Amino acid sequence: MDMVTLTINGQTVQTKKTSTVLEAARAAGIYIPTLCYHPELSREGACRLCVVEASGARSLVASCVYPVAEGMVVETNTPKVREARKLVVELLLANHPKDCLSCQKSMDCELQTIAAELGVRKIRFAGGEMKAHTIDASNPALVRDQEKCILCGRCIRACSEIQGMDVYSFAGRGFHTIVSTAFEQGLEKVACTYCGQCASVCPTAAIVEKDDTDKAWAALADKSKHVVVQTAPSVRVALGEELGIPVGEVVTGKMVAALRRIGFDKVFDTNFSADLTIMEEGHEFIDRLTNGGVLPMITSCSPGWVNMIELKYPELLPHLSTAKSPQQMFGAIAKTYYAERAGIDAKDIVSVSIMPCTAKKAEAVRPEMNSSGYQDVDIVLTTRELGRMIREFGLDFSALPEENFDSPLGKSTGAGVIFGTTGGVMEAALRTVADVVTGQNLKQIEYKAVRGMETVREAALKIGEAEVKVAVVHTLKAAKAMMEKVKKGEAAYKFIEVMACPGGCIGGGGQPVPVDADIRRARREALFTCDEACELRKSHENPEIIELYSTWLGKPLGEKAHHLLHTKYNQQKRN
Amino acid sequence: MQHIRAHVLICAGTGCKSAGSKEVELAFQKEIKAAGLADEVMVVETGCHGFCEYGPLVIVYPEGTFYSRVTVEDVAEIVESHLLKGRLVERLLYHEPMTQEMIPNYSDINFYKKQHRLVLAHCGSINPEQIEEYIAVGGYEGLGKALTLMTPDEVVAEVKKSGLRGRGGGGFPTGMKWGFAKQSVNDKKYVICNADEGDPGAFMDRSVLEGDPHKILEGMAICGYAIGADEGYIYVRAEYPLAIKRLRVAIEQAEAMGLLGENIFNSGFNFQIHIKEGAGAFVCGEETALMASIEGKRGMPRPRPPFPAVSGLWGKPTNINNVETFANVPLILVNGADWYCQFGTEKSKGTKVFALTGKINNTGLAEVPMGITMREIIYDIGGGINNGKKFKAVQIGGPSGGCLPEELLDLPIDYDSLTAVGAMMGSGGLVVMDEDTCMVDVAKFFLNFTQSESCGKCTPCREGTKRMLEILTRITEGQGREGDIELLENMAKNIKETALCGLGQTAPNPVLSTLKYFRNEYEAHIKEKRCPAGVCEKMAIYTITDKCKGCGLCAKTCPVKAISGNLKQQHVIDQAICIKCGACMSVCPFKAITKG
Amino acid sequence: MKTLEDLKALREKLKSDIKVRQNQGTKIIIGMGTCGIAAGAREVMSAALDELAVRKLNDVQVQQTGCIGMCEKEVLLDVIRPNEPRITYGNVKPADVKRIIADHVVNGRIIEDLVVGKIEQES
Repeated sequence: MDMVTLTINGQTVQTKKTSTVLEAARAAGIYIPTLCYHPELSREGACRLCVVEASGARSLVASCVYPVAEGMVVETNTPKVREARKLVVELLLANHPKDCLSCQKSMDCELQTIAAELGVRKIRFAGGEMKAHTIDASNPALVRDQEKCILCGRCIRACSEIQGMDVYSFAGRGFHTIVSTAFEQGLEKVACTYCGQCASVCPTAAIVEKDDTDKAWAALADKSKHVVVQTAPSVRVALGEELGIPVGEVVTGKMVAALRRIGFDKVFDTNFSADLTIMEEGHEFIDRLTNGGVLPMITSCSPGWVNMIELKYPELLPHLSTAKSPQQMFGAIAKTYYAERAGIDAKDIVSVSIMPCTAKKAEAVRPEMNSSGYQDVDIVLTTRELGRMIREFGLDFSALPEENFDSPLGKSTGAGVIFGTTGGVMEAALRTVADVVTGQNLKQIEYKAVRGMETVREAALKIGEAEVKVAVVHTLKAAKAMMEKVKKGEAAYKFIEVMACPGGCIGGGGQPVPVDADIRRARREALFTCDEACELRKSHENPEIIELYSTWLGKPLGEKAHHLLHTKYNQQKRN
Repeated sequence: MQHIRAHVLICAGTGCKSAGSKEVELAFQKEIKAAGLADEVMVVETGCHGFCEYGPLVIVYPEGTFYSRVTVEDVAEIVESHLLKGRLVERLLYHEPMTQEMIPNYSDINFYKKQHRLVLAHCGSINPEQIEEYIAVGGYEGLGKALTLMTPDEVVAEVKKSGLRGRGGGGFPTGMKWGFAKQSVNDKKYVICNADEGDPGAFMDRSVLEGDPHKILEGMAICGYAIGADEGYIYVRAEYPLAIKRLRVAIEQAEAMGLLGENIFNSGFNFQIHIKEGAGAFVCGEETALMASIEGKRGMPRPRPPFPAVSGLWGKPTNINNVETFANVPLILVNGADWYCQFGTEKSKGTKVFALTGKINNTGLAEVPMGITMREIIYDIGGGINNGKKFKAVQIGGPSGGCLPEELLDLPIDYDSLTAVGAMMGSGGLVVMDEDTCMVDVAKFFLNFTQSESCGKCTPCREGTKRMLEILTRITEGQGREGDIELLENMAKNIKETALCGLGQTAPNPVLSTLKYFRNEYEAHIKEKRCPAGVCEKMAIYTITDKCKGCGLCAKTCPVKAISGNLKQQHVIDQAICIKCGACMSVCPFKAITKG
Repeated sequence: MKTLEDLKALREKLKSDIKVRQNQGTKIIIGMGTCGIAAGAREVMSAALDELAVRKLNDVQVQQTGCIGMCEKEVLLDVIRPNEPRITYGNVKPADVKRIIADHVVNGRIIEDLVVGKIEQES
């Protein structure tokens, strides 16, 4: 690998020949502020905040795109550079609302942080024209506020480069340039899957998750309602980041304790219904294998992914597993099985879920998701919203005791917890399918072949006597490529797991920000840690699941299961 | 038997066409036929002569008689008098504006005499839609020579030796630029001609494309051979439909003759040219935005490096040059670099085509050797300031450029001398201003342009030019504040340092340049709330002079009752109430009200 | 277009089509003032054009001029060959045109018996 040596602020730095000045500086621990730069997106050099002085250049250069060269001398903090940076921020602030104190992203906003760091005290352009205050709150999942947009373009790049959906683009010119959808329509009118990756990368509050905490507070305050909550696997390995706890720590017990103190009547676990999903989906897979059903079968627990296939590949819908997602299965069971056992009228149950996902907000309001007789899930809160609720409640999170989930929807196996990572659903399914197909309690629990972070992975596994080829993809861009293969008949797999978000749900649109590859890896490893710590690691071993089926539900794929836990899909037409 | 003894050349450039030259041409054809002269006299449509102030232009050969402002009604007389009897129609001949001297011959007119028409040589003297005429004047011999007698290295060396510099505004040595693209190793390379010509008021490139399109095709092909490209694009702004049409015809004709396409001159060299129309964005004249536009993306610039010579169109090595730059290339190849070096100055060789516009008598195009002074251009060629007014400044370089005041009129014009005084050559647009021009208003005009054309990508340009414009607007409306000038200078300095592309980096130039030479005008606006040139409407001060007869008409007309006075006595305007609508001045029968 | 030589040959051929605009080569100037026309200048002009067409002399310019004063000698016809004096022929008839073109225009031989004036050209 070719290396070069350069000097940054008097410090000698050795770096790869292909590095940018910003990369070299960061590797050497030298801080340069940025806004439009994102390590996982293409470099635009647009915001001009990261400018530095570099020998040989005619003017200041944007360090995020400027290539290093042997012997280059870089200064990142001269008066000239600081003055230029401050003007950039001053210009952004001049065209930005001043309601930081009451903004949803206050204390979590990159522009706010940088303005404070750089010490911008005066905005000399008061009284000038400001951006139009257009809000798009058309859909259940995301809210866009043009007033807060600083035109960094990260959302455009994330939607295009990571997700391949190209929902956003710049439109207009000059001062009136905006980030827009086709014909400035609301997200619900364009091919947006609500995956929330745009919200994940937005440095300000221009794109945020829709805040449903008010609804949750109202339900909790309503004495006549029995409010139950389920928590997704990905939440417990990321919630701590919202509350001052280091990345990668598992905070399950404290999370349960917090939810109880906030006032939820029952704190249940989505991991339970993840096990349930494996029961249904695993048997569905076996059924297709033995009875000539449509193959490859594709998982359906990621609503961003389901939106994508309904929008873009409706002809491939028969491939989707008819099993609902764990969130929705939980809701259906909560308002029937649980309601009966607890003697509560289902109409008084408010079913809340804590999810790493913004698309789940839209999934919950899908009209067909009411097989319990009521909307199966009433309120979806993202990890970020739960963090806000805990702060509002004034809880000292790290001082909370470890508590356990409630029965009968609280027990789970290791298979359930790994749902949050790419490959996790596949591995969980294999653990059950292998035992069912062979009729044995196989020793093999882990299927490391389907683990990893590459966006497309494949494995050929031996299940009993048969060789089963499977594939795992994550990000919608990789999903698209895979669907093209399926269309052409080139996907020689029996089973494909698709997750819309990078890394799977742990990288979901509702998770704490910022996020990068290291943070995702830490969250993922925490999930596997949980898995390894579980006593039971195969979904069909879950005693609460066994009880559910034997006392109430019947058989997997049976009539009751079919009615409550399976769904139909349709082509989505947005306008 | 047919023997053509006279050619009637009628300018069919966009300027003359909009003044009715097509109708004049049809009238000529009709009258000539009626007079029985169809076998003797040929009517030829040509490209733009450049002397647009005087169009529609008609030049009759063999005499070379220059008729100006010809209308349909004049045609019969020209045919009868000149073509039949050999008697010139004096009233239609060109008359020198300052002296009224009548000059029958094209080549004797000062406007043309002082020019050195190399790039514009054939504009106005050949039919651009006939490749035969281009060949008749030596066209494609440059390409032939390059392909059959020279190696690509030799071609690059010749262009380097000629000292040709980019004519689009940057002034980068062309040979060196070609050398970079040649050096890049790749199986595919491109040549792009930047024909976006976005500067307001610039039409040099348009005239060349309309009047001598083959020259550009030839120049591009030579470049392709030199750098190893087999495909070229001409990016033409969509607002030039005639240029686009002429280019398409030219490409077709060149391909039919084997001068473009496969195996040109049996050399094994292939070259194909496509036309891509712009979509109305000034920023697409910037090379990386231009390439994005060709690729079908939004026209936004990207940071450089990598430079186009290394990674350009679709990531391939690309050489982009301006129309005028390519137009110089065939001449250099045919006549040699040494010949070319005799024109111009030491560091700026050759000629430059300027578009003379503004308060000048002879508006049009002038091609002059580098090193000529601005005074010669404005007075000798331009015929001086019109309406007898006094020269104030000349804006050079359009929205990216600066102004030159009177004390710099004797500056020899070349790339380096202009940048040394805070201006820039730009594409060659010259806007001449007189004493009635407000320099603050001029700065505001250009900044308004760059702000609305900003692509919006980078903060300093998108937001910074907007805020500078707001300050300038306040100043021109009498709302200027102490500290505004310093703020403008500070912002200008930082924007120049941080903007991503040339548009943003040069947008502050008109402000800085007018501040440098006309700071007193800014100060008058801010401190005295007065516009010295009397242009800024909101600051005009209307005063009733002693010419006033006290008729009271103005007081009756004033919509806000700001005028008071007794009958037959001098009236007075209350400035505190006056809304500066100017109604009083327009009704005063004694011209007793002044605006200043 | 196969070679550079082909191009140059084509150029030679096409050059004459636009020679008219180049103000070079031999000029024939015919007096077309009222007196000239009355004396038959138009017929002389037609004869000249015809002869030039027959001989394919495409690079000879034909211009008209007004009355130069020698009215009784009309039709006046001038021949100016490059670098040679301007010769004015008088009382030119259409029948003389063939001879003037053959002898003087093509071969440079002045027809003395028709000459009425001779002006040295400044170079």
